[in-house]
Amino acid sequence: MRISTDKVISLLFFVLSAFYLHQTYQIQVFSFDENAPFNAKTFPTFLAYIGMFLSILYVVLPENKPTKVDHKVLDYRSSIYLVIITVIYGFVILRAGFFLSTSFFLFFSYYFLGERRWIWMFILSFPFVALFMFLLHGILDVYLRDPLLKLLGIIG
Amino acid sequence: MIEGILIGLETALSFKNLLMVMMGCFFGTIIGMLPGLGPMTAIALMIPITYGFEPATGLILMAGVYYGAVFGGSTSSILINAPGVPGTVATSFDGYPMAQQGKAGKALAIAAYSSFAGGTIAAIFLLFAAPSLSKVSLAFRSPDYFALMILGLTAVAAFSSKGQFLKAMMMVVLGLMLASVGQDSLSDITRFTFGNINLLDGISFVLVVMATFAMSEALTIILKGKDPSRATEQISLSKLGSIRLDKEERNKMLKTIPRSSVLGFLVGVLPGAGATIASFLAYGMERNFVNEDEKQKFGKGSVQGLAAPETANNAACSGAFVPLLTLGIPGSGTTAVMLGALLGFGIQPGPRLYMTNPEIFWSVIMSMYIGMVILLILNLPLIPYIARVLATPKNFLIPLILFFSVTGIYLMSFNNFDIFLMIGIAVVATFLKLYNFPMPPLILAFVLGGLMEENLRRSLLISDGSFNFLWDRPLTAIILAITVTIISWQIFKSFKK
Repeated sequence: MRISTDKVISLLFFVLSAFYLHQTYQIQVFSFDENAPFNAKTFPTFLAYIGMFLSILYVVLPENKPTKVDHKVLDYRSSIYLVIITVIYGFVILRAGFFLSTSFFLFFSYYFLGERRWIWMFILSFPFVALFMFLLHGILDVYLRDPLLKLLGIIG
Repeated sequence: MIEGILIGLETALSFKNLLMVMMGCFFGTIIGMLPGLGPMTAIALMIPITYGFEPATGLILMAGVYYGAVFGGSTSSILINAPGVPGTVATSFDGYPMAQQGKAGKALAIAAYSSFAGGTIAAIFLLFAAPSLSKVSLAFRSPDYFALMILGLTAVAAFSSKGQFLKAMMMVVLGLMLASVGQDSLSDITRFTFGNINLLDGISFVLVVMATFAMSEALTIILKGKDPSRATEQISLSKLGSIRLDKEERNKMLKTIPRSSVLGFLVGVLPGAGATIASFLAYGMERNFVNEDEKQKFGKGSVQGLAAPETANNAACSGAFVPLLTLGIPGSGTTAVMLGALLGFGIQPGPRLYMTNPEIFWSVIMSMYIGMVILLILNLPLIPYIARVLATPKNFLIPLILFFSVTGIYLMSFNNFDIFLMIGIAVVATFLKLYNFPMPPLILAFVLGGLMEENLRRSLLISDGSFNFLWDRPLTAIILAITVTIISWQIFKSFKK
């Protein structure tokens, strides 16, 4: 018997709902609240059971038209690269500061997506981020953490 | 009242104040386009600037910023599927598909006209019905709000294509689950945080929207980059299209705007409801009103699907001023900031404002309207230029969308955890979207989740655990009857097919 990916996702949703229900029972409510008509557990408990019910219903009922995805035409490589670069960006933004981390993030993202127009890649990274920072920090007075620019005395 | 309107017009139409409202609209539009900086931030940013001004001038600048920010949010929703403002999430449901079909100019024009019309109708309501409506808004109790949230969830049907209703419902449950993370609002008990202090305040709405819309859309475009069926989409993306509406489109809008304005204004009047819920309700309501052919276009670039939320969110923005100006109660986060600004000017909003400071009361109302006129005049000629964002090559546009998404979250919390959480949700959302699990129901449920639980809790506690509250109050019963009618009608029609 072959099961469609849609149904596999529904089964995963069932597991998620069951885990959510388990976590709901771990919520420590105050003793005086234990038998109250509504406490911190009530709504999540409803949700967990509804989630389990819906997912089982999807698995059991016959499917109209299972979704077909042609994995051969999907560009997983570029997507994974982009996710990795964004994760690295998330790691370094607080340490290296907004200007450098964002500029390098943009520059390398353009590169990994196949862009090779170096001048545009540069303009749309370093000067673009500087302009963005000027708008936010200089004009709108929105705080942007940047230890490097602070050290250089460029921002306050 | 005529005298008051004339006083308001005289103040609002002075050269200095007109200049202020123009500047406000311009900066508001730019701020609104940046994810994470909505109208609330925009107005907060203006408070220190306006302290040296006369109260009326300061408030006029803020009104311009407010409407500009809402329009700016719509622009980023339509062009890059990154709603800069929560109230414009529903705008992206049909606005973004229209832009993808090479009708970005038209989508922006529809948004501008609808916003203007919604704001105009709401301003008229505000002029004539503000004092009486403020009393109605206070008549709403928890059971009524709970019923209203349930009614809001019926909009889910709008996002489920044939045979996909269960998928949409699963996304609703997932959205409600995400909304339940963090401290319980009444008891402060932590739920589903797994000991992580970053989750104590729950998951931010902007984070979920950015992850499921902007970021996952960017990843989907890259993922499907080699798909030959996407090639035509890429070509149409670079087209701006005309901003002129044909007769059929105008007629469609003429039907949508009045009903969405009334709904948006009434929802805006209710404290705590606001533009986001108004836009979702209007979207769902519009889908129930249109014919079967138009219904099929919802979510794929429907004119009415775009006009309804845009009209409603602007009408709700005006509606939110009713409890603020007449009762001194801020009905939304933005009006709470406005209240702070009013108090800073030494003005106490409330029933006496109308008598003690008529020039303030009327000039705020008139400047809100003038702000919308200026916004339309400023933005319509700019639409072809704004829409050129889509002509940016994919290799540049995608990283810029990711940059705006990450920056939006970073500016809110200065926290790595939120960025990683956003990336995680975006990856899951991209995978789910591949298999036609719709994201709008998740967002809708996420918005309504907190309010729904809060009002269910109050209702159950007041009724001592009995579900009688569902039919005890006539207002609750009426709203629930409308909900049941809509659901029954959907089921009946699906059987009829």
